Amino acid sequence: MTLRDIVNSLDATVYLEGPGLERDVETAFASDLMSDVLTLKDTPVLVTGLCNIQTIRTCDMASLDVVVFVRNKKPTDDMLELAEENGMVVLGCQYSMFKTCGLLYQMGLKPLY
Amino acid sequence: MHQEYTVVEGDFVNAGKASSSVKKTLKQLNVNPQVVKRVVVALYEAEVNAIAHAYGGKVSVDIDSDKIRMVVADKGPGIPDIALAMQEGYSTARPEVRDMGFGAGMGLPNMQKNVDKLNVTSEVGVGTTVEMEVNFNT
Ligand SMILES: Nc1ncnc2c1ncn2[C@@H]1O[C@H](COP(=O)(O)OP(=O)(O)OP(=O)(O)O)[C@@H](O)[C@H]1O
Ligand SMILES: [Mg+2]
Repeated sequence: MTLRDIVNSLDATVYLEGPGLERDVETAFASDLMSDVLTLKDTPVLVTGLCNIQTIRTCDMASLDVVVFVRNKKPTDDMLELAEENGMVVLGCQYSMFKTCGLLYQMGLKPLY
Repeated sequence: MHQEYTVVEGDFVNAGKASSSVKKTLKQLNVNPQVVKRVVVALYEAEVNAIAHAYGGKVSVDIDSDKIRMVVADKGPGIPDIALAMQEGYSTARPEVRDMGFGAGMGLPNMQKNVDKLNVTSEVGVGTTVEMEVNFNT
């Protein structure tokens, strides 16, 4: 599944498209707990309701380059500037965490655990 | 190569600046990306701790051809029981820290998992020093 498919299924806003949306992705991880995101060995799509600069920093440190903010949380200019420097894809959607994860799971994105 | 950074108490906006800069340097040196991730995750955890639990401090980093050594030394309340603090799930984080997505008691155990050498020393009422080493060829 490509990032473009994710954007379509979540009816998502594309804040940053990084190197492009045609790339394939396989796994996703949903959490508001950055401590937990920092323990991941893999590099899944991050689905989160935590929308602050530490979300972007955590992605940078954990080498995650796709983040989806749920429930209409809008990233600030500072966050987008840092994300752009790191070549990240930043998406946002209006759905709840539960619905977002349900839709992504249904499309075939795999969990890590 | 020697680098130094200052971290400031409660300054979550800048938490991760040191780690981010170390990441860039290691990438330029063509260090294996898996190893880079281990280094920067551990350093970021230590940086966040100095900002969240102490009154800020100093990060110093020494990069050799085969390894990196990182020291995060803070002025702060210190850790009364280091063995307890190293346990997964133990946390005294304030609500502001939890609001930033931290405070699950996973940081010190995660540093332990990511580095080849970890040494935590602390004096109550004075501060805490976290020393870490990661070998590049593992
Ligand atoms: N630099 C420090 N100064 C004082 N106390 C510290 C310091 N680092 C850690 N601690 C103590 O050890 C506890 C555990 O630290 P650890 O990093 O494992 O978890 P945390 O920071 O509380 O949460 P997380 O790292 O998951 O965000 C902290 O809650 C705090 O009580
Ligand atoms: Mg911590």
